[in-house]
Amino acid sequence: MSTAESVPTTDHQAQIAARVKAVESIMIEKGLMTSAAVDRLAEIYENEVGPQLGARVVAKAWTDPDFKARLLENASTACAELGIGGLQGEDMVAVEDTDDLHHVIVCTLCSCYPWPVLGLPPNWYKEPAYRASMVRAPRRVLREEFGYDVPESVEIRVWDSSSELRYWVLPQRPAGTDGWSAEQLEALVTRDSMIGVGRPKQP
Amino acid sequence: MNGIHDLGGRDGIGAINPTESEPVWKAEWEKHAHTFFPLAFRAGFFGVDSFRFGMEQMDPVEYLTSPYYEHWLHSVTHHGVRKGLLDPEEIEKRTQYYLEHPDAPLPEDKDPEGELVAFIEAVIPAGAPAGRDTGKVAKFAVGDRVTVVADAPHGHTRKANYIRGKTGVVELAHGEMIYPDTAGNDLGEAPEHVYTVRFTNAELWGAEAAEPNGSVTFDVWEPYIVPASE
Repeated sequence: MSTAESVPTTDHQAQIAARVKAVESIMIEKGLMTSAAVDRLAEIYENEVGPQLGARVVAKAWTDPDFKARLLENASTACAELGIGGLQGEDMVAVEDTDDLHHVIVCTLCSCYPWPVLGLPPNWYKEPAYRASMVRAPRRVLREEFGYDVPESVEIRVWDSSSELRYWVLPQRPAGTDGWSAEQLEALVTRDSMIGVGRPKQP
Repeated sequence: MNGIHDLGGRDGIGAINPTESEPVWKAEWEKHAHTFFPLAFRAGFFGVDSFRFGMEQMDPVEYLTSPYYEHWLHSVTHHGVRKGLLDPEEIEKRTQYYLEHPDAPLPEDKDPEGELVAFIEAVIPAGAPAGRDTGKVAKFAVGDRVTVVADAPHGHTRKANYIRGKTGVVELAHGEMIYPDTAGNDLGEAPEHVYTVRFTNAELWGAEAAEPNGSVTFDVWEPYIVPASE
């Protein structure tokens, strides 16, 4: 079967847009919601909270061993040092990739994702195919769907975010970046590398 | 409930088709649907566990094929009606109106003090932690071998099908957190200790079907697990 991307028609989009507007209009009249609140929330996730924040944390961990130790000990308190944290990241756990171990995150039961460091999840992360297959055949999924070939000598550990803990990946620092500043390194850290479905950009 | 949302390990669902990047909102209505979540939470429609249970009760075909934020709308409507905060006939009437007049404006905001914007600006950086400390002693510790109870409860649970009856090792212990099996079913927070348990691929799928050199971790609440028998 096809995934949600291909199914909704324009008619369906019109239906759902009308229904959202209907519910919102009732909530506005009751004083429970405002258009101003919608605009502010949209602006926050468009411009303020997104994977650039996770990239800043990763680059700091790559350049500051004490910070990295604190991040792996308690990701939420370490991120708070940089003013990063909040909704859907109240209790974050950063898991570190090594030469022998690669991590990936998924939420098989809904769409849990560490918003404060990665922003809101892409559609494919929330849709049935990823949620079903990532725990079942991660090595094949990474290779065939994401073009990420993880050698069999490397263990793949998939973190199913079933509680309010929010896992995310501290990827390996790319080779050839000795002497790079944290600001330069930030540009190499991708959303996918913190989900675990891609490598950081290579220099 | 053994619902359609419980997708871990299902085969044949299709391709993932990942994108390298995509807009935060795929349609204008999605920003509004997202904003329902914090504001309906504030208005007492649900906690996060009830919110998830609302989505789990969607028609299964719709669940699998609709845009994700439609799940959110479904849950907001489900709980708003259930709690008497939304009138279903009024929703239908207004939906018809906005279908016929898609450009008709929303009512004027009724929030002269800007309290709702202030709430959004406060809740996003602060969050709503699920951790609780009632002083209950943890029954398990890191390194313990545990087995997930294999029962299939009705109502909301996070005990996914694919880990039921499976044995793994406690990898992390997180202290007490709100228990979804009560909170999601209107039975209160009843905090329980949460543990991350790691299962080998072979334990989950059998040696034949499992990929080599891999494992899956899953977070369980204490009532989900018992000491492993061997």
